Amino acid sequence: MELRCRSHSQTRAEQVVGLKNVSQEGIFMNPLATDSLAQIAFWIVVGLTFGGASLAVFPRNILYNVLGLALALAGVAGLYLYLGSFFIALMQLLIYVGAITISIVFAIMLSRPLHLEVPRREVPKVAMAIAASLVFFLGAVGVCFKTSWVPAPDRSADWSVTAIGHMLLTRYDLVFEVISLVLLVAIIGAVVTAGFTRRLSS
Amino acid sequence: MNCLNTYLIIGAALFSIGLLGVLQRRNLIGMLIAVELMLNGANVNFMAFNRFLAPEPTVGQIITLFVMGLAAAEAAIGLSIILALFRRLHSINIERAQQLRG
Repeated sequence: MELRCRSHSQTRAEQVVGLKNVSQEGIFMNPLATDSLAQIAFWIVVGLTFGGASLAVFPRNILYNVLGLALALAGVAGLYLYLGSFFIALMQLLIYVGAITISIVFAIMLSRPLHLEVPRREVPKVAMAIAASLVFFLGAVGVCFKTSWVPAPDRSADWSVTAIGHMLLTRYDLVFEVISLVLLVAIIGAVVTAGFTRRLSS
Repeated sequence: MNCLNTYLIIGAALFSIGLLGVLQRRNLIGMLIAVELMLNGANVNFMAFNRFLAPEPTVGQIITLFVMGLAAAEAAIGLSIILALFRRLHSINIERAQQLRG
């Protein structure tokens, strides 16, 4: 396992080095250009995330909300790529965009007819909600800038999936078991909740 | 782009948008969508600290996976509650769900 870990990280490092070499040797691409290209792509991903998030919150049609949620989640997956974890980005696409969004679409289909008119929002409530979330946002940004973040003194550079699996089965096996139990209870609870009410109402 | 504060601000903004959604929506499914946004903001924070500060890069990824699993469980439970409520009240507007009001 150690060997495999090392080979993974080695190939990763080689890939990075190879990328740099290609960008240095390329005729059209110098490292500055690739850097600015990555920067532009990053801000496009951030724009997609926030566009999707505002689309998920502001329109009153619930179908637009779900589509915006899918867009925002895909944008967050792109952010995970920039944060160095391909595996988590893949899991984000698989679990959030693939499973949760689809189940929300099912709930919309099963619950209310879409052609009914949605009641308008009350202005004071919206204003108070905006004020509350703005206060929270400004507080969080203030904390970000006031704190001087210190990185850990010796940081390991093992980003491989093998290391995650190893950790999940040794040091963090409680996490693994607890999440399995939670998912089992959630599935049984969902079946019981949806099934019993059907029996009662019919 | 390679700065911790950028990601922290993105996470805080996502969380705030989700908070705004939870506070202003009256549709239960809309509130569930906003809660998913809040969870994603927290996840971005975890991954950013994992990338820039943490001693071992696996820990933040494990926490993020844990939060994703919790979000899936929460979505399943929430959607089944929404379905049950809709069958009983024929509406998912939370202002109609007042039977427990004293």
